[in-house]
Amino acid sequence: MTSYEHPMFHWHKDTDRVVTVTMDDPEQSANTMNERFRRELPALVDHLHDERDTIAGVIITSAKKTFFAGGDLGMMMRATEDQADEITRWLNDVKAALRRLETLGRPVVAAINGAALGGGYEIALACHHRIVLDTPPATVGLPEVTLGLLPGGGGTTRTVRLFGLQKALQEILLTGRKFRPAAALENGLVDAVAEDTTQLVSAAREWIAANPEPVQPWDRPGHRIPGGTPASPGLAAVLPSLPAVLRKQNNGSPAPAPHSVLAAAVEGSQVDFDNALTIESRYCAGLICGQISANIIKSMFFDMQAINRGASRPDGYPPHRAKKLVVLGAGMMGAGIAYVAAKSGIQVVLKDVTLEAAERGKGYSGKILDKAVHRGSTSPEQREEILARITPTTDPADAAGADILIEAVFEDPELKKKVIAETVEYLSPDALLGSNTSTLPITSLAEGVARPEDFIGLHFFSPVDKMALLEIVVGEKTSDATLAKAIDIGRQIAKTPIVVNDSRGFFTSRVILEFVNEAIAMVGEGVPAASIEQAATQAGYPIGALALVDELSLTLMRKIREETIAGYRAAGIEKPAHPAAAVIDRMIDSFDRKGRTAGAGFYDYADGRKQGLWSELKTCFGGTNTEVPLADMQERMLFAEALDTVRCLDENVLRSVADANIGSILGIGFPAWTGGVIQYINQYDGGLPGFVARARELAGRYGERFTPPESLVRKAENGEDYQ
Amino acid sequence: MTYSSPIPEAFIYDAIRTPRGRGKSTGSLHTIKPVSLVVGLIDELRARHPGLDPAAIDDLVLGIVSPLGDQGSVLPRTAAMAAGLPDNVAGVQVNRFCGSGLEAVNTAAQKVRSGWDRLIIAGGVESMSRLPLGSDGGAWMNDPETNFATSFVPQGISADLIATIEGFTRETVDSYAERSQRLAASAWSGGYFAKSIVPVHDRNGVPVLDQDEHMRPATTAESLAGLKPSFAKLGAQGGFDAVALQRYHWVERIDHVHHAGNSSGIVDGAALVLIGDERSGTEHGLTPRGRVVATATSGADSTIMLTGPIPATRKLLAHTGLTVADIDLFEINEAFAAVPLKYAKDLGIPLEKVNVNGGAIAMGHPLGATGAMLTGTALDELERRQARRAVVTLCIGGGMGVATLIERL
Repeated sequence: MTSYEHPMFHWHKDTDRVVTVTMDDPEQSANTMNERFRRELPALVDHLHDERDTIAGVIITSAKKTFFAGGDLGMMMRATEDQADEITRWLNDVKAALRRLETLGRPVVAAINGAALGGGYEIALACHHRIVLDTPPATVGLPEVTLGLLPGGGGTTRTVRLFGLQKALQEILLTGRKFRPAAALENGLVDAVAEDTTQLVSAAREWIAANPEPVQPWDRPGHRIPGGTPASPGLAAVLPSLPAVLRKQNNGSPAPAPHSVLAAAVEGSQVDFDNALTIESRYCAGLICGQISANIIKSMFFDMQAINRGASRPDGYPPHRAKKLVVLGAGMMGAGIAYVAAKSGIQVVLKDVTLEAAERGKGYSGKILDKAVHRGSTSPEQREEILARITPTTDPADAAGADILIEAVFEDPELKKKVIAETVEYLSPDALLGSNTSTLPITSLAEGVARPEDFIGLHFFSPVDKMALLEIVVGEKTSDATLAKAIDIGRQIAKTPIVVNDSRGFFTSRVILEFVNEAIAMVGEGVPAASIEQAATQAGYPIGALALVDELSLTLMRKIREETIAGYRAAGIEKPAHPAAAVIDRMIDSFDRKGRTAGAGFYDYADGRKQGLWSELKTCFGGTNTEVPLADMQERMLFAEALDTVRCLDENVLRSVADANIGSILGIGFPAWTGGVIQYINQYDGGLPGFVARARELAGRYGERFTPPESLVRKAENGEDYQ
Repeated sequence: MTYSSPIPEAFIYDAIRTPRGRGKSTGSLHTIKPVSLVVGLIDELRARHPGLDPAAIDDLVLGIVSPLGDQGSVLPRTAAMAAGLPDNVAGVQVNRFCGSGLEAVNTAAQKVRSGWDRLIIAGGVESMSRLPLGSDGGAWMNDPETNFATSFVPQGISADLIATIEGFTRETVDSYAERSQRLAASAWSGGYFAKSIVPVHDRNGVPVLDQDEHMRPATTAESLAGLKPSFAKLGAQGGFDAVALQRYHWVERIDHVHHAGNSSGIVDGAALVLIGDERSGTEHGLTPRGRVVATATSGADSTIMLTGPIPATRKLLAHTGLTVADIDLFEINEAFAAVPLKYAKDLGIPLEKVNVNGGAIAMGHPLGATGAMLTGTALDELERRQARRAVVTLCIGGGMGVATLIERL
C-alpha cells in the first residue's frame, strides 16, 4: 500500500467503511488554503480515489475552532502582477483536486462544525451534502468580495449553478454575507442543521447510507442553471443593468472585486462547468495580484488585527473590565455612548441637567433596540435587560462607585470642567476620566481635575452605535495605565481604538478638514460644484465633499479656522490662509448660507432634506472652469489628507501607521480601497517616489500646501515605505 | 479600360420603400416575413425597370440590425434566391446599428465608385415586431466587463443627457415631436411620398398596408405633455443615470424629457436603393435620379452616444468643401427629439431645412431599413423642390455617426 502524505487531513476509517477526514493543520491554529493545504489536498483526494472500492463514503470535518478559515491572506496580499501565472496555476490545482473529490463516486459530506467562510465554504460546496452544527460561531458564506477578492476555489462557479446567477450574485457573492446556521438552511447554503456534534455525525452517516452514489447537480444530465443564462430572454433583459447598478452602488469608485465577481459569474454561466472554473481562476488571479485587494487585506485584516490585539497598548498593566460608567450629558453622543456600553454589559448612569433630558437620552437606546427586536436580531428579553442597565438621572451621587466617567457635554472647556468636578468625588478613587471632545486639547481640559494622569480623550464618532472607531487621545499627563485601561474599555464596548497624542483636532478632525477645504477651494476656482461632488464620490468618499461641509456647517469650519490661527499665533507661527477661507467667508457673510441646519449651504434644503446644489453657485463663483481634470480634483482631496497625515506622524500626533490607516477609513470616510491614508501613499503608482513627484506637480498647479514634507521625501529617496 | 480610368459616378436610379407597420404583434406587417418584405421590393424594382437585366446586379447589400432568426443566415442572399434573381447575384448584410441602411447605400456607392462592381441593390429591412431591439445581445451590453469598461447606457438615457446639457426642456422636445407629426401628415396628404411607397400585399396579392401606420396626426403639444418620461425609472433603478453622470460629472442630474411620443417609433419595414455607374444606366435603360457625392463615418463619446452625426457631417462637408449653406435639405434620423435639435444647433442649420417632411418620431424607425428610407425621402423632396443637395445622417449605437451627401440630377 502506498503511503499518502496528508498530515493536515487525519484519516479515520471505521467499521462501516466511512472515512472521516479531520482537517487539522499541525502548524497553525486554523486551517487555511496555505502551501501545505495545496500540497496535501491532492494527496488526500488520490488516497480516496485509490481506496474508493473499500469506502462507503467520506465525512469532512475539522479539529479546529473553525471548520476552515479560508485563503492565505498574507500570500494574497503580497502577490504582485508578475505572479498571475503562478497564482492561476495554484487556483486551478486546488480546483482540480476539489473537482476530483466531488466526482469520487462516493458520497462526500461536509460536517461543518465551525465557521466555513470563503475557502471553507468552497470545500463544503465540493461536497455532496452540507450539514452545519448549530453553534453561534458556525457561519457559512463567501465574504471574499469584502477583501477585494472573489471566490476562486470553485465558489463562484458552484453557487451560480446551485442558486442561479441572480440569487448567487445578489445574496451571496456580491454581499459577502455570512449566514448563521438557520439562515444558511433557509437560503439553501446548507442542507441540514445539527443540534450537536453527535447529531452532526449521525446525520452525515445516515445521508451516506441513503445516497451511495451521489452526483453533483451540475454533473447530472440536462442540468440547467436556475433562472437561465445570458441567452435566456428574461435574464438578457436585466443583464445590461447589472454593471450599471454596481457602478451606482460604488459611485464609480475603484471596485474591481464586485465587477470581477459579476463578470466571472456571467461569463462562467455561458460555458460548461470546467471552463467556468478556468474563467473564475483568471478573474480571481487578477484580483489577487492587483493592488486594491492588497490594500484592503492590509488594512481591514492585518492593521485591524494589530489594533484589536492591542498593538498600541502599553505593556505591564492588567486587563481592565469596566463595571459602571457615568455619562455626563445625554445628547446624541452621550446617549449613543450609553447604549454601546449598556449593550456590552456595563451599568450606565446617564446624567443630564434635567431628568427629562436624561430620559430622552435613554429613549435613544429604546429606539435602536425596538428596531433590533423588530428585525429579529435582539429578543424582547435582551432589550429589557440592556435598557435596565441605563439609569437616567440628574443627581451626581448616582455615579457612586463608577469606574469610568465620560463627559459628552457641549464643546465648552469651562462647562466640561464644571460637570466633571461635580461628579468626580462620587466615583471610585481610580476611575478613568474620559472626555468625548472632538477638538478641545485634552491637556488643558485635564488641568481642571485633581487626577490629570487618569484623564484621557475618548473621541467617539456619530452615530456611536454604528461607527466602529474610538480615537483615544493621550494628554501630556495621561498615564500609561490609563491608556491601557481606555484601550481595554474600547474593546469591551466593541470599538476599534486608535491612539493619538494630544494636538489641535487630534488626527481625524484635523485631517478631514484638509479634504473639505480642498473641495471648497475648488468652488473658489470656479470648478463646477457637481464635478467636485463627483470627484469625491468617484474617489470613494462616502458622500460629496460639499455635502459634508453642509453637515459640519460652514460656521463651525470658520470657528475652527479662527481657533487654529489663534493657536498658531500664540505660538508665534503665521500660516498662509487656505484658499477655502475666502469662499467660506463669502458663503456666510455675503450669501447667508451656513450649512444644513441653517437650511442653506452649498445645497438647498427643504424641511431639512437636501434638494440639490445651490443654483446660484455658478453666478457667485463661476462654475464653468473645466481646466481642472477630474483626476486632479480627486487627488487634490486624497493628497491633502495623506500629506497632512504625514505631518501628523512627523509631529507625533499619530503613533502608528495602522492607527492612521484604520482611523482614516473607519472615522473620516477615507476611501477603503486605498487601504487607508498612509497605505494610499505606499501603494501610489510608482510608490513613494511616484507620490512625491505627483505631490510636487499638484503643488505647482494648485498651491504650496501640496509640497511633500521633508520626512516623506527622505523616505522616498531611501527607497522605504511606511510600515 | 485602363487603370487610369476616371472614378465612376454612383448614380441613384431608384429608391423605394414599404410603408412602416407598427412594430408589435398588432402591427399590419407582423404577419409578413422580413424576407417577403424584401422580395416584394425586388419584384417592384424589376417591374418598374423592365429593361434591367437581373444578371447585371452584382450584389444585394442590406442593413439588418438583428441578423438572427427570421433575419438570420445572410437574409440578402436568401432574398435574392427567393426573388428568383440569377445565381450570380450575391447578398451581404451590413450592421452599423441604426446607420445600417445608410451604410448599405454608402457601401454600394463605394463598390460602384471603386469600379469593381457596377450595379448594386442597397437597402435594409427590419421586422422589429419579430426581432425586438437587443435581440442579438452582444458584448457591449451583455458582457459585464465590456459594459462596465465602456460606461454603457441605453440610448434613452443618452438622449435625456443631451437634452439636459443643452437645456432642451420637455416643452421644447414635445414641440419638436408635434412638428414631426404635423409635417409627416402633410407630406402624406400632399402625396410627397407617392413615388417611393410600395404597398405591401399578402401572398395572394391582397393589400395589407399602404401607409405608415405609426403616425398620430392628431398629436398636439398638450396631448404629448401628458405622457410619462420613459427612461426615468430605468435611469434610477437600472443605475444608468449614475453611469452617465459619473462620465458627465459637471451635470448634477438628468432631466428625463423623452417618452414614446417624442422618440422614434418601433416599426417594421424595408427599403431598397438601386445604385449603379453611368454605363449600367445606358445599358439597362435606367434614368439616374441623383448621385451619391460623398460618404462619411465618424464617432463621438459612446455614453452620450447620439451626437455622432455632428462629426460625421463635419467630415462630409470638409471632404466636399461645402458649407451648411450649400446644402438644401438635411435628413437626420429622429431617434429622439433631442437628436435633430442638438444637430441643428451645433451645426447652425436653420430648422426649415431639417426633416421637412417629418421623421421617425411620426413614421417610425425600422432600424436596418431607415437609412435607405431617408435617402429616398431626401431624393423625393429634392425633386419636388427642384433643389440640389441633401445630407442624410443617422445617430448610431456606440456613438457612431454616418452621413451621405446626395445630389439631384
